[in-house]
Amino acid sequence: MKMTKMLRGSAIGLAAGLLMSTAVQAQETIKVGILHSLSGTMAISETTLKDAMLMLIEQQNAKGGLLGKKLEAVVVDPASDWPLFAEKARELITGSKVAAVFGCWTSVSRKSVLPVFEELNSLLFYPVQYEGEESQRNVFYTGAAPNQQAIPAVDYLAETEGVERWVLAGTDYVYPRTTNKILETYLLDSGVAPEDIMINYTPFGHSDWQTIVAEIKAFGSAGKKTAVVSTINGDANVPFYKELANQGIKAEDIPVVAFSVGEEELAGIDTGPLVGHLAAWNYFMSAPTPENDEFIAAWHEFIGDTKRVTNDPMEAHYIGFNMWIKAVEKAGTTDADAVIDSIVGVSVPNLTGGYSAMMPNHHITKPVLIGEIQDDGQFETVFETPGLVVGDAWSDFLPDSKALISDWRKPMNCGNFNTATGKCGGKGS
Amino acid sequence: MARPLLLILQRIALVLVLATALIGGSAKAQSGPSVPDLVSRLAGADFNETERVVEALAASGDASVARLLEALGDGDLYYRRSDNAVFIATRGGEGYLLTDPLTGASAGEAGRREVAKVRVNNSLRRAVRAAIGTLTLRSPDPAIRIAAAQSVLKSGDPEAVEPLTEAIAAEQNDSVRAVMERARAAAILNSDASDAVKIDAVKTIAAKSSQDTRAILLAASNGASEALGSAISDAVRRVEGDLALWSAAQNVWYGLSLGSVLLLAAIGLAITFGVMGVINMAHGEMVMIGAYVTYVVQEIIRNHAPFLFDVSLLIALPLAFAIAGAVGMAIERGIIRFLYGRPLETLLATWGLSLILQQVVRSLFGPTNQEVGAPSWMSGAFELGGLTLTYGRVWIIVFALVVFAVLVLVLRHTSFGLQMRAVTQNRRMASSMGIRTNWTDALTFGLGSGIAGVAGVALSQIDNVSPNLGQSYIIDSFLVVVFGGVGNLWGTLVGALSLGVLNKFLEPYAGAVLGKILVLVFIILFIQKRPRGLFALKGRAVES
Repeated sequence: MKMTKMLRGSAIGLAAGLLMSTAVQAQETIKVGILHSLSGTMAISETTLKDAMLMLIEQQNAKGGLLGKKLEAVVVDPASDWPLFAEKARELITGSKVAAVFGCWTSVSRKSVLPVFEELNSLLFYPVQYEGEESQRNVFYTGAAPNQQAIPAVDYLAETEGVERWVLAGTDYVYPRTTNKILETYLLDSGVAPEDIMINYTPFGHSDWQTIVAEIKAFGSAGKKTAVVSTINGDANVPFYKELANQGIKAEDIPVVAFSVGEEELAGIDTGPLVGHLAAWNYFMSAPTPENDEFIAAWHEFIGDTKRVTNDPMEAHYIGFNMWIKAVEKAGTTDADAVIDSIVGVSVPNLTGGYSAMMPNHHITKPVLIGEIQDDGQFETVFETPGLVVGDAWSDFLPDSKALISDWRKPMNCGNFNTATGKCGGKGS
Repeated sequence: MARPLLLILQRIALVLVLATALIGGSAKAQSGPSVPDLVSRLAGADFNETERVVEALAASGDASVARLLEALGDGDLYYRRSDNAVFIATRGGEGYLLTDPLTGASAGEAGRREVAKVRVNNSLRRAVRAAIGTLTLRSPDPAIRIAAAQSVLKSGDPEAVEPLTEAIAAEQNDSVRAVMERARAAAILNSDASDAVKIDAVKTIAAKSSQDTRAILLAASNGASEALGSAISDAVRRVEGDLALWSAAQNVWYGLSLGSVLLLAAIGLAITFGVMGVINMAHGEMVMIGAYVTYVVQEIIRNHAPFLFDVSLLIALPLAFAIAGAVGMAIERGIIRFLYGRPLETLLATWGLSLILQQVVRSLFGPTNQEVGAPSWMSGAFELGGLTLTYGRVWIIVFALVVFAVLVLVLRHTSFGLQMRAVTQNRRMASSMGIRTNWTDALTFGLGSGIAGVAGVALSQIDNVSPNLGQSYIIDSFLVVVFGGVGNLWGTLVGALSLGVLNKFLEPYAGAVLGKILVLVFIILFIQKRPRGLFALKGRAVES
């Protein structure tokens, strides 16, 4: 009896001790900022990323947190309003004192927060594919640069499909315009005649695609194999694909390769008529690896809905978050300068069966996957680059940025070093 | 009767071959690899290997492989990991239901991880389609024969000349024969036939002016001799002339179809803004509610009564009208009636309301797009001369006009319409005549909102069903109503259709972005000239 009483007493004592220690820990958390729109037009894409980050933080805490402390997510809603992004970023850094921020989707929101991160010297992990032409000391670009998505996709079409005529269709804003400029130069350099390239821009949320699809059809009837390279922004894609299907343009005739269409966008369409159209990403939900199976299972459990899909920007956050954890552990502190120094060279597993490493230009290495849409709304990988591709901050196919390189290690410590003049500070300085 | 019998015999023979192959190891029925041998090579093959197998299967001339090729093209062909046996697999139960690819006999079940897909890509799908085309040219079903001829027409495979010539000789059906002759001509152009034969083929192909014709001819002009080249360029010029004419007609059609979408979006606003004078910024959200009602109806039908799917939109229509109308009336009773005569406050309040409604829908249904399927009678397209008309658009135009007609009838010929017009024209007089103006206001606003909800059902077919759906239409709706003339339904009709056509004629020349800007500039100038729009209301109502 006494024995059990004693045991019980010590058990209570132990429990109390544990409680005390968690209470102490709760006071000393490491805060992680999440800066994704939860309302407004971009909520459609960004809400998922907020949830993915919450899941990653929860998983890390279950593993024991970071540096012996628990992580605490601080979620703010910049409401798809670009200036509000800057305000909310400031609030996260100075008000909540977060150690790092994961967020932004559109390039304009990233541009709006750049000065804030520079001024307050904090860290931003940006998870979306973008137009490149930027490298900032406080920002880590975990999405694809154009050379990790657009160029391999065009190569694939030219080689395996024998495409000779190109339609570059995009929404009218900075990402499609820059990507198309890079692609146009690349195609002209590789011997495509100027009359075999058609460039077309549409406004945001364009919903009446009849004329443009008819134009594409006419452009494709010149006796040469034609393909569409689409940088059409998320929301306008559903009516675009619906119109393609309605006018009977099949992937076998004129394939469309998209850079902004992932599993999430396809969730709103009946993909039966779209089988065979392509997308280029660095991750597909269908990737057959144990890491991916685990990630999907965890996601379904976290969100409580087995129908929800995973997509490329989620993987980018997965990679970025793990890189940050590893860099903080390596530096032994969450101090921004120390992490910026320690994160270069950090390598973590990605979800497609390899490792991604942070490069000195703050971009990461990734495999490039080309997938064909299947009738269940998933992609099937039909091509994968043999090795990893290093993200290139400054495109080799734009005259202004050809000579620029970026290296944030000492002694160069420069995001736009001009190799022609030998000076730091070129375009974008 | 002889052919099906022959097919059955062939199948039996194949089963026998398969059986002997399984028992005796490598029994070869003929020279070269047998069909089952070829099929077994598909297990785990890469794209190049699969393509070689498809070519060999097509060359075997055995019509029974059509089913297998069909399944391969559709991505339904799988192989069992344990023994590399190839099956057609369909989703069923926990995993897949397997059938034998050659005989069609059931072959049991397999778990999801036990089988792997024979992977296909676009170029394989093309090869498969061409192979099926050549194999099914002699099918007893004329529809299959036409499809077969059309896929050969697309591929232009020179190997198909022989089978096509035979098929044409045996063909009884005129329309099938016409397609086959075009297909044969396309195949001849890719073969090494003499110029005279090829020039004949050019004539056969150019008899029908279409973009496909142009594509085939232009592809054949590469490396053609002078005589053939000039024949081709003559033909192409004629075809392009025809196409240019049709493209003008096509633009009018596109314009009408865009106009009908604008009309649908704006017609509810023509009542709330046009007749009542309420600047309702939440109008777009009524459209969105209608689209979400369609989504919910379809979800329920998918889960509980899939056979009703084709009428899902018809079921959604009255529900969307009722729900959006009820929300509209609640808005009128709850907010707008306190703000009559204060347009700026109304504008701000309804704008705030639109944000609230969006966020409510976002919280209820999630921020992502919802899938609203098209019933079979609304998908696909048909050709009318050189025009390609999609069924979805045709129905939307018809629907927009029906909604418009019903609304005009309600306003002109019902007592509710009469009261509504009386209240808008002279509220105090109407009130002293015994009309309950409060209720008329609420019902009118409900009617406008309900019509917006009905528009949402139609728009769910062509646009994203997301919380942002309404936002993209609100500006256009106001433009149409202001341009057409506030307070006049006919103005809205003419305004919507003419803006649609104008937009579509500008788009090919100016591009979609500049086209839209030009339309806006045009409207600004027009409003300067005629501030009351196309069809201005006259009389005392205007002065107040």
